[in-house]
Amino acid sequence: MQAFTSITGLVAPLERANVDTDQIIPKQFLKSIKRTGFGAHLFDAWRFFDAGILGMVPEARRANPDFVLNEPRYAGARILLANDNFGCGSSREHAVWALMEYGFRSVIAPSFADIFTSNCFKNGLLPVVLPQPSVEALMRECKRSPGFSLSIDLDACEVQHADGRRFQFQVKASDRQRLLQGLDEIGLSLEHESEIKSFEARHKSRFPWLFENQPCRSK
Amino acid sequence: MARTLYDKLWDDHLVTTRSDGQSLIYIDRHLLHEVTSPQAFEGLGLAHRRLWRTETNIATADHNVPTTDRELGVQGIEEDIAKQQVLTLQANCERFDVALFDVTDERQGIVHVIGPEQGLTLPGMTIVCGDSHTSTHGAFACLAQGIGTSEVEHVMATQTLAQSKAKNLRIWLEGTLPQGLSTKDVVLKVIDTLTASGGSGYTIEFAGDALASFGMEARMTLCNMAIEAGARAGLVAVDETTIDYLRGRPYSPQGQRWREAVAYWQSLKSDADAVFDREVRVSLSGLEPRVTWGTSPDQSAAISGRVPEANAENRRALAYMGLKGGEPMRTIEIDRIFIGSCTNARIEDLREAARVLANRTISSRVRQAMVVPGSGLVKTAAEAEGLDEVFRAAGFEWRAAGCSMCLGMNPDQLKPGERCASTSNRNFEGRQGQGGRTHLVSPAMAAAAAVAGRLADVREYL
Ligand code: SF4
Repeated sequence: MQAFTSITGLVAPLERANVDTDQIIPKQFLKSIKRTGFGAHLFDAWRFFDAGILGMVPEARRANPDFVLNEPRYAGARILLANDNFGCGSSREHAVWALMEYGFRSVIAPSFADIFTSNCFKNGLLPVVLPQPSVEALMRECKRSPGFSLSIDLDACEVQHADGRRFQFQVKASDRQRLLQGLDEIGLSLEHESEIKSFEARHKSRFPWLFENQPCRSK
Repeated sequence: MARTLYDKLWDDHLVTTRSDGQSLIYIDRHLLHEVTSPQAFEGLGLAHRRLWRTETNIATADHNVPTTDRELGVQGIEEDIAKQQVLTLQANCERFDVALFDVTDERQGIVHVIGPEQGLTLPGMTIVCGDSHTSTHGAFACLAQGIGTSEVEHVMATQTLAQSKAKNLRIWLEGTLPQGLSTKDVVLKVIDTLTASGGSGYTIEFAGDALASFGMEARMTLCNMAIEAGARAGLVAVDETTIDYLRGRPYSPQGQRWREAVAYWQSLKSDADAVFDREVRVSLSGLEPRVTWGTSPDQSAAISGRVPEANAENRRALAYMGLKGGEPMRTIEIDRIFIGSCTNARIEDLREAARVLANRTISSRVRQAMVVPGSGLVKTAAEAEGLDEVFRAAGFEWRAAGCSMCLGMNPDQLKPGERCASTSNRNFEGRQGQGGRTHLVSPAMAAAAAVAGRLADVREYL
């Protein structure tokens, strides 16, 4: 996983509530068996007028000039400013892969969907929850001032504005630590291998039916 | 201390708390499908890891499979990249020794339909799948959650899920459900009450006297859509209905083990004095059939009602749906009908729709109406009852099992601007095909819409 300590970057505003993962990366791209290739199709149906097929290059397509990410002033944005319940719907991790490959390292919103949040922390995309009024204020400023940038410091858990304002946010200690160090979560859990094994043995004696008559390839 | 059902399931699976503060929860069942598993298998292979416990895994191909010409097997998948994904699932299952209900297997079907059908879903289990509608299985008093692909790999390698405990939310369903309504109408009302994010951070337990009158399939519809209110898991306590449903299923315990299991299952309910973080009451008595008008599952109205007047909040949704705002729901004309998905493609759902369609035909306005059973076994059972004949006689197409037009990864898709009455669970923009417009309804309401050629009140067709 990509570590995350701090970033400073251009901010793009996406003023919609309940942005679902079907919009972030539409279904036709989920047929890929890879983890890459999704950035070109981020928000595909909103970004382009023509129907998207996996592997098309953005330059060869009919871009929707009204979609915020297509405005030249937001090219190269690294922070996405969004509304309530960002990332709702499907569990597809492809949504996080697409956002990161496009160039985003963080999304700031008043709230995120649960599965999307887990997926973010497994990949190094930082979801920052700020109170609604703060998000609205930043959204207004972002639209007003071309080149609007913010810094996000995960160590200090704060969003820093160029004018000196600080917005504190909270991240679970475990998620923060893993992200700061870019740790492999499976490795971390496997440090508890012997505990998992002894739990499993106890579980088996309590609930033996969960260990009998199980699916197997030859049946 | 008094505990909720969720507390009990959590406690029975808590392995340890990691040094970084995350809990590890032991996983009893892992369901796999072709779309969210390939990158996890790849990661596992690259790290030279094996599956921790092979026999907890079961795989099926459901999202990409065609619903016609099933006898062609994988070769029946026209699009190369989709075929490749299904072949990759086959290869991974072979390499990692995972049991697979393949495209031509009669037991193949939507992953959330086949789990309960086979007895692979049992009360007291923890169940995960790389699919948000895993909440469906909570109808069996098991902790069932949708996970992302990294978590799929984590479960494969460690048999655990790393997470923090959610809060407890109880939804009281009060009163009795009027004639002609189903739990699809109930859950649309629940989501309307909670909003699309109101359940975030919670595990929802559905409670109330009405539950006793709901069969397992109706309960699955409720839990299926818990995720549309933002909750990762939904739950219903065990009762006799649960136990009756599971008796004799292929992977249900048998003999002495069955009796031991049932004794434990009967403890799977919240203690009478358990405290929930939040409680919400929803009255069923005055409920009407519900239909969504927007592009989020919390945008629904009673069939006798109207689309809300346009405002700043709904303007985008109304524009996408081709609605002005203020029109009576019953005047909205429909182009296509889809009866299917993990929400509503089980035998009870098909029976309810067929009851409305008996001796009737679909409106000439409707371009296509199709039924996609949730599994090969549902299809067989429906055919044994003659339901396929009822559907065909009414003008419906009778298809093979899969996710189909619930999300249109296979060729079953809406065209831009087409309007569909659908028994699925998501009315997101483009969900059923780019530019397609989805109105979520119950199976009986979908059948009524097919006959009327517009959204219609099923109570006039009973
Ligand atoms: S039927 Fe629809 S919601 Fe259910 S698993 Fe398939 S695609 Fe997902």
